[in-house]
Amino acid sequence: MLTPSDERELAEAVSSAAGPLAVRGGGTRPVGHPVDGDDLTVSGLSGITFYEPGALTLVAGAGTPLAQVEATLAAEGQMLAFEPMDHRKLLGTSGEPTIGGTVAANVSGPRRVRAGACRDFLLGVRFVDGRGKIIKNGGRVMKNVTGYDLVRLMAGSRGTLGVLSEVCMKVLPRPESTAVLLLAGLDVEVAVCAMSAALNSPYEVSGAAHVPVGLDGDPVTMIRVEGFEASVAYRAERLKAHLAEFGPAGIERRTEGPESATAGWAWIRDVEAHGGTGEDVWRFSIPPRDASALVDSLGSARVVLDWGGGLVWAAVEPGRDARRSISSGHATIIRADDETRNRLGVFQPEAEPLATFAEGLRRKFDPEGVLNPGLMG
Amino acid sequence: MDMPAPSVDVLNRKSRIVARLKDAVSAEHVKSDPVETRAYECDALTAYACQPLCVVLPGSTGDVAEVLRICSEERVPVVPRGSGTSLAGGALPTSDCVVLGVSRMSRVLEVDYESRFIRVEAGRTNLSVTGAVEGDGFFYAPDPSSQLACAIAGNIAMNAGGAHCLKYGVTTNNLLGLTMVTMDGSVVEIGGAHMDAGGYDWLGLVCGSEGQLGVVTEATLRILPRPEGARPMLIGFASPEVAGACVSDMIRAGMLPVAIEYMDRKVIEVVESFSQAGYPDCEALLIVEVEGSPAEIDEQLRVIGSIARRRDPIELREARNADEAARIWLGRKSAFGAMGKLNDYICLDGTIPVSELPRVLKRIGALSRQYGLDVGNVFHAGDGNMHPLILFNANSPGELETCEALGAEILKLCVEAGGCLTGEHGVGIEKRDLMHVQFDPVDIEAQMNVKDVLDPAWLLNPAKVFPLSATESRRAAA
Repeated sequence: MLTPSDERELAEAVSSAAGPLAVRGGGTRPVGHPVDGDDLTVSGLSGITFYEPGALTLVAGAGTPLAQVEATLAAEGQMLAFEPMDHRKLLGTSGEPTIGGTVAANVSGPRRVRAGACRDFLLGVRFVDGRGKIIKNGGRVMKNVTGYDLVRLMAGSRGTLGVLSEVCMKVLPRPESTAVLLLAGLDVEVAVCAMSAALNSPYEVSGAAHVPVGLDGDPVTMIRVEGFEASVAYRAERLKAHLAEFGPAGIERRTEGPESATAGWAWIRDVEAHGGTGEDVWRFSIPPRDASALVDSLGSARVVLDWGGGLVWAAVEPGRDARRSISSGHATIIRADDETRNRLGVFQPEAEPLATFAEGLRRKFDPEGVLNPGLMG
Repeated sequence: MDMPAPSVDVLNRKSRIVARLKDAVSAEHVKSDPVETRAYECDALTAYACQPLCVVLPGSTGDVAEVLRICSEERVPVVPRGSGTSLAGGALPTSDCVVLGVSRMSRVLEVDYESRFIRVEAGRTNLSVTGAVEGDGFFYAPDPSSQLACAIAGNIAMNAGGAHCLKYGVTTNNLLGLTMVTMDGSVVEIGGAHMDAGGYDWLGLVCGSEGQLGVVTEATLRILPRPEGARPMLIGFASPEVAGACVSDMIRAGMLPVAIEYMDRKVIEVVESFSQAGYPDCEALLIVEVEGSPAEIDEQLRVIGSIARRRDPIELREARNADEAARIWLGRKSAFGAMGKLNDYICLDGTIPVSELPRVLKRIGALSRQYGLDVGNVFHAGDGNMHPLILFNANSPGELETCEALGAEILKLCVEAGGCLTGEHGVGIEKRDLMHVQFDPVDIEAQMNVKDVLDPAWLLNPAKVFPLSATESRRAAA
């Protein structure tokens, strides 16, 4: 296990690698094809090096624990608005999720539907490419179109083009108050209509999820609004009236801070419903209009819908090819044995010429094939 | 500002190239007569102009693929063009290039409210995207000042922003999918009507690549429901530094207005005489706009007002109705036009951390005096995206050069303050040779490596973005 403690050592570790490296942050999200190589973790590159609440920006080493970042922000009344998912319960992993791993996998949560994804809040990166060169892109300002956007290229590239050493994030004020509307008993098709109606209203819905089998066994649809207290109270009531055709809505409101009202959202965010079971877990990113057909096509699979139906988490019988159930969007295997992952491919296959371009980028950024070779196919 | 010497070989083959293009796209859409191509000799960076070899206005993705295949075979550089509103010279031709304009491709292809997107041809103007959905209560969020004229193709090429991106983000945050043609004529589909595209973030990579990776012909864009209402507040201050500090105060307090716009005395005076917006006599003013229901707006403006009062504003004016709101915005929206009446100007686009506003504004004032040219500041303060306008007289020998030198100093200052050269306009030719101020050679090399993959012959908009010295060997190999 290589554990460099700063960017310079990281660059040396990469440039002197004798063979492939399996790059990781906290190792809590082993998604992708297995990599046969020496382990390299960035957990030693840890620490918040810059945080300016008045400029809504935070810079941290890639190995900084996510929990430390979130606690630091919470102390100033701010947050990572993309609400990163914690994969540990779903994947049965242990260890400490890092900000670098979050960025490398472009991990977002329920608020992504309004606020944007992890990649939308990434302002700058420093990384080490496959030859050990230290490269920077972006910066620490909100708007930046200077040169090509390698910031977004690095988000979601899972350590295959470079090893992140430092990231700069845009942060946002933490909402003072949260309200959740609960609609009971809707089937998937109607639930997607209800979520669309909510998301298409002017009331700034920041979460729209549906589970056919909720904690008490019945279907539940959850709609969230956040912000200043009086505004949240107003919007929750207006939404309730707006959604009246979908049946009576219960409203849960919390004003002492978002934590208590977010327990249910953490359950959605972390896909706890699918944790600790023997099924394979697939993640579908689709147009919401296709959600109902997808769920029908999946048959007996257990599903969780987020992003107003744009994100579907399905627990299916082991070994099944669930990718056939979508006509557009993409399907990713999040949990399955090696045989299934190798046979079906973890990621949605890319059409030409994108697949050739992807290979071309890997050759440019990692000519020797050192960084997570084969992880993304 | 240098541009590469044209290829004599290409110039000699002009008639053959034009004939092939006319065969591919109907002859009326290929323009090679200098009278007709004059309209394409420059974009909104009017200080530089050059007649292209010819102009092609294709009508479909298939046409674009055919044109690029021919240009690829003929080894002719191609300069893609949306509406030609770039302030950075992004669409400036060379005499040996084919200008490929997508303005004829402006149809709406699909609107879907359940999945909240619109799919359009890329020549459609920014404002008419909103126009296609506003009747149903939706809008497309990025709103560059040129939105009446600028095309989505150019918005994607430059990753355009606007006044309201503090809340809604810039183009890259509102782009779901696109159809693009690469230089060899391959049609590439990226993303779609779903939220996160799989694989590498090609959308993010293409957005802001200034037409150097491919020609975007269609785009799937996120649309949002219109807020219930919006209302601005105008706050006048005794000094630019205090106005800058007030911006940071608001953000620190957890407020996220939809826009925070800044104007200094120079701009206020010019705008006042031009549009009689009734602005106060002050050194700097902020226009802060918030959204929501009437009660929500009242509450937010109350909080913003109380934050601002701690900074002893000269005047604090809350719009009570649509008419007063329009008057507050009138001056801001006419600012660029009004400044243009006064003199020639170049508009910079450096971005800095919001907390650096007071210090940087002070330094810009000092540099303005040192170079003897007036600088007006009007910009998106909430996200630190400055637009210093340097006034000069283009007919006065040497003044353009002085103006550019001052511009370079101001942009260096932005980088030094932790910011960047350009926040929403793009590098183009304007800031091309300043890239080394912000990036080390290894950073620039990494970016150029991306172009090597998608446009190995370096034929697409080749003399932009990167310093000419850095791209010389690649362009020569083409």
